[in-house]
Amino acid sequence: MFSRKTFVAATALIGLMTSPALAQQISIKAGVLNDRSGVYADLTGEGSVIAARMAVEDFKAAEKGIKVEIVSADHQNKPDVGSTIARQWYDQDGVDLILDVPTSSVSLAVSQLTKDKNKVFIVSGGGTADLTGKACNANTIHWTYDTYALAQGTGGAMVKAGGDSWFFLTADYAFGHALERDTSAVVQKAGGKVLGTVRTPFPGSDFSSFLLQAQASKAKVIGLANAGGDLTNSVKQASEFGITQGGQKLAGLLVFISDIHALGLQAAQGLVLTESFYWDRDDQTRAWSTRFAKLNGGKQPTMVHAGVYSGLLHYLKAVEATKTKDSATVIAKMKELPTDDPLFGKGSVRADGRKMHDMYLYEVKKPAESKGPWDYYKQIAVLPAEQAFRPLDAGDCPLIKK
Amino acid sequence: MADIASDETSGIPVAKTDRSADQLHRNVLIGLALLLAIAPFVAYPVFVMKVLCFALFALAFNLLLGYGGLLSFGHAAYFGMASYVSAYTAKNWGLTPEFAILSGTAIAAALGLVFGALAIRRQGIYFTMITLALAQMLFFFCLQTPRFTGGEDGIQAVPRGRLFGLIDLADDRALYWLVAAIFMAGLLAMYRIIHSPFGEVCKAIRDNEPRAISLGYRVNRYKLTVFVLSAALAGLAGATKAIVFQLASLTDVHWSMSGEVVLMTLVGGLGTVFGPIAGALVIVAMQNYLASLGAWVTVVQGVVFVICVLAFREGIVGVVAKAIKKPL
Amino acid sequence: MFELIGVPPQALFGQVLLGLINGSFYAILSLGLAVIFGLLNVINFAHGAQYMMGAFVAWMGLNYLGLNYWAALLLAPLVVGAVGIAMERLLLKRIVHVDHLYGLLLTFGLALIIQGLFRNQYGSSGLPYQIPPELRGGQNLGFMFLPYYRGWVVVASLVVCVATWFMIEKTKLGAYLRAATENPTLTQAFGINVPLLVTLTYGFGVALAAFAGVLAAPIYSVNPNMGADLIIVVFAVVVIGGMGSIMGAIVTGFSLGLVEGLTKVFYPEASATVIFIIMVLVLLVKPAGLFGRPA
Repeated sequence: MFSRKTFVAATALIGLMTSPALAQQISIKAGVLNDRSGVYADLTGEGSVIAARMAVEDFKAAEKGIKVEIVSADHQNKPDVGSTIARQWYDQDGVDLILDVPTSSVSLAVSQLTKDKNKVFIVSGGGTADLTGKACNANTIHWTYDTYALAQGTGGAMVKAGGDSWFFLTADYAFGHALERDTSAVVQKAGGKVLGTVRTPFPGSDFSSFLLQAQASKAKVIGLANAGGDLTNSVKQASEFGITQGGQKLAGLLVFISDIHALGLQAAQGLVLTESFYWDRDDQTRAWSTRFAKLNGGKQPTMVHAGVYSGLLHYLKAVEATKTKDSATVIAKMKELPTDDPLFGKGSVRADGRKMHDMYLYEVKKPAESKGPWDYYKQIAVLPAEQAFRPLDAGDCPLIKK
Repeated sequence: MADIASDETSGIPVAKTDRSADQLHRNVLIGLALLLAIAPFVAYPVFVMKVLCFALFALAFNLLLGYGGLLSFGHAAYFGMASYVSAYTAKNWGLTPEFAILSGTAIAAALGLVFGALAIRRQGIYFTMITLALAQMLFFFCLQTPRFTGGEDGIQAVPRGRLFGLIDLADDRALYWLVAAIFMAGLLAMYRIIHSPFGEVCKAIRDNEPRAISLGYRVNRYKLTVFVLSAALAGLAGATKAIVFQLASLTDVHWSMSGEVVLMTLVGGLGTVFGPIAGALVIVAMQNYLASLGAWVTVVQGVVFVICVLAFREGIVGVVAKAIKKPL
Repeated sequence: MFELIGVPPQALFGQVLLGLINGSFYAILSLGLAVIFGLLNVINFAHGAQYMMGAFVAWMGLNYLGLNYWAALLLAPLVVGAVGIAMERLLLKRIVHVDHLYGLLLTFGLALIIQGLFRNQYGSSGLPYQIPPELRGGQNLGFMFLPYYRGWVVVASLVVCVATWFMIEKTKLGAYLRAATENPTLTQAFGINVPLLVTLTYGFGVALAAFAGVLAAPIYSVNPNMGADLIIVVFAVVVIGGMGSIMGAIVTGFSLGLVEGLTKVFYPEASATVIFIIMVLVLLVKPAGLFGRPA
């Protein structure tokens, strides 16, 4: 950690010496708080720190008279650990904004704390749509994705493509229930039917029994309302029981490319999922991802990494524009300025803190179609931001007057 | 429990007391109180409060192991359940913090009564495994009743409230004095229990159960009582923690929490009066300052565990006690 | 969720079969624990980590050395068993003279270390491992689609369990083992190298865990935490069975898998807790466990 800090400090110092605009030096301390040891370590973890550093570099912060220091810590997916670190960062270490924070429980805790301490919180890893709904506040911006958008993407698009009868495998905890609830609402609205649901114990290792029930239901689509280890186990076993060969489609409601990497294409092929970023989407994402992968031991970025980069970049732009790091001013500017970066394209930040950009529906390639490592997805559909995310007035966000 | 702690050289270290040690203990208690009085001015109060909550938790655990001879691997159940109850009543019923904490403690004691009654039916390692399995069952209960526990999101944004409806606890300092008072009260209560006739009987049972039975003691009743007391104290710690961090979550009921409290007690010194406090300080500090090491934290914890078991069974306070030749 | 009456008998039969398959894992793991406990009096908390190591050795064999599944099935128990022997010689041996509870704490610490190291090296999201080509596909039994691999798991674990039972109950080596369990000092006096027997027994118990790990690799996610939660359920299985007999461990393992399987059909919400509930009931009625001798 030390060498990294000194590195950043050193670049900042060099910037200071060469920069012509010395008049107003603003120094910012950004904390990347995520899972560095648990199930989400691969999709957030050190990669998010790399992405944050790339944002500082690409923004040429030092030349613009903004000194940025990045610190990081592991919240172990525990809300108490996360809130202790965040509290200490804000109270003692002079951290101005916190980035990433996967695991809904931790991101909700940090969001609340950020509001109390009047700082800035840009969520990339956390998924719960409550962050811009019931639990929304003026200090939190939700960047990369949320459960509502995933449900819209996977649920809505699958029905459109003919998958009009569903059976859910739902991890028996609040997050699983929320995924199932949101998706079945979308499915039914689009004219589809939900034939059944089975609640699987969480965390679970054996899903064969539930998969057989799903198979027997003859539903066209089996929705996997789970994540992490549960997801990999259920997909693996679905392939073992020949579910996809039997003509049923598997729809993952929260899948990251790192999960596909863990499963291998043999087991994951045919899985349909929604993401907001794929490294191989166009020339710009490829160029960025190649740089990223070099720093990340050859592993391609997930959408969470991309979101950290994009979020910090936009924050820095707002700081540059307002020449202050006062939370309220910067956030107002962030909401006012349109967003634009190579990874998510053009977009905006809504009044409730929701970052608006398109979402994409992907299908996992067959092993024969893949040209090499990390060549995993083929794009099925694009969901425009307005359709993907929850309408502003439907989220019960206290910031929005009805 | 005849095979546990009967042999001084091989068993779980046994806490002994004698008259000359009482004076020393009194001094240590006063020293601790003084330390607590200056702590918030030198250290980050939230950190100190965390240490105090875990120290109380470890003390509760140690009461059962060091004085009851019972190794529970499911103490997270009482700690976590109390933290849920305290958070829930404070947030949803608007109870003032002191009543929220009391209700959490009471529920933990009740839970301890039920689990304890089951677990003391077996001894030694079986006892340990049963406490673990029961705690895991409670974990699933908490996971599956989101209406009460908030599921994996936990109960968030718990109001710290006003103590007795008067003193605003939103200020870290004000809250600190409450936590310090609770901690001292818990410590003194435990100290009294150990030194009461009841505590002496418990120690007798721990050292030689058949003998205690033949002397006419209803052994299981004593075991159960010490179990319930330990659960209640663990609950007090958990309930207080929920108010401090304004949150109760599944972490508190997970079995890794049970493992952590064992580690704290082991590092500090099993069966010593003050060991768990030192252990909690070391482990919480370690977690705090090593947070940036990521996955290495578990490895470091594991290594500490192994080293303690192999070479450092007395723990920190045990070593000190040996050096000054007085029980601590 | 399915209604009680809504389950056709064929589907039920399928679920029973699946339950048996899960029971196979419980049986092998609780057998390993029972064997170790019998002689060492140590509850091997690292059992879950050793199970995980088995699966990882299979993965490493495939990716670093090009060894296929069958080679791994032989190799992983040997490698992990050897690691177990090293642990026993270097660490567990040092604490035989102190309270047995320290054995539990030591193995708990070891489990943390092993899981942490694997997490650092391989991350937590898991690694891909394919079903061996010989066992891909399956057979439609009319009432269910049985993947060949699942059938193989049941057969393999039954064979291993029965072989272990035979070795312990019917052979000379087993007789030494039982004698050493009963009275180590006396057995030693008869010229039998008890410490060696202890080391080998631990190695064997660990090898069983690794074997289960390799069996699990193609169907469960291979990740550093795969054994951590499983082991607590296995503890409950052991409490229910009682540590009295080898046969007890095997029978309890399979039957609890079955019970759990049926719960998944009738009331899936309880399938995570059903084994613990049974444990409570058994404790109320027979504190020593179904097959255990009263203490």
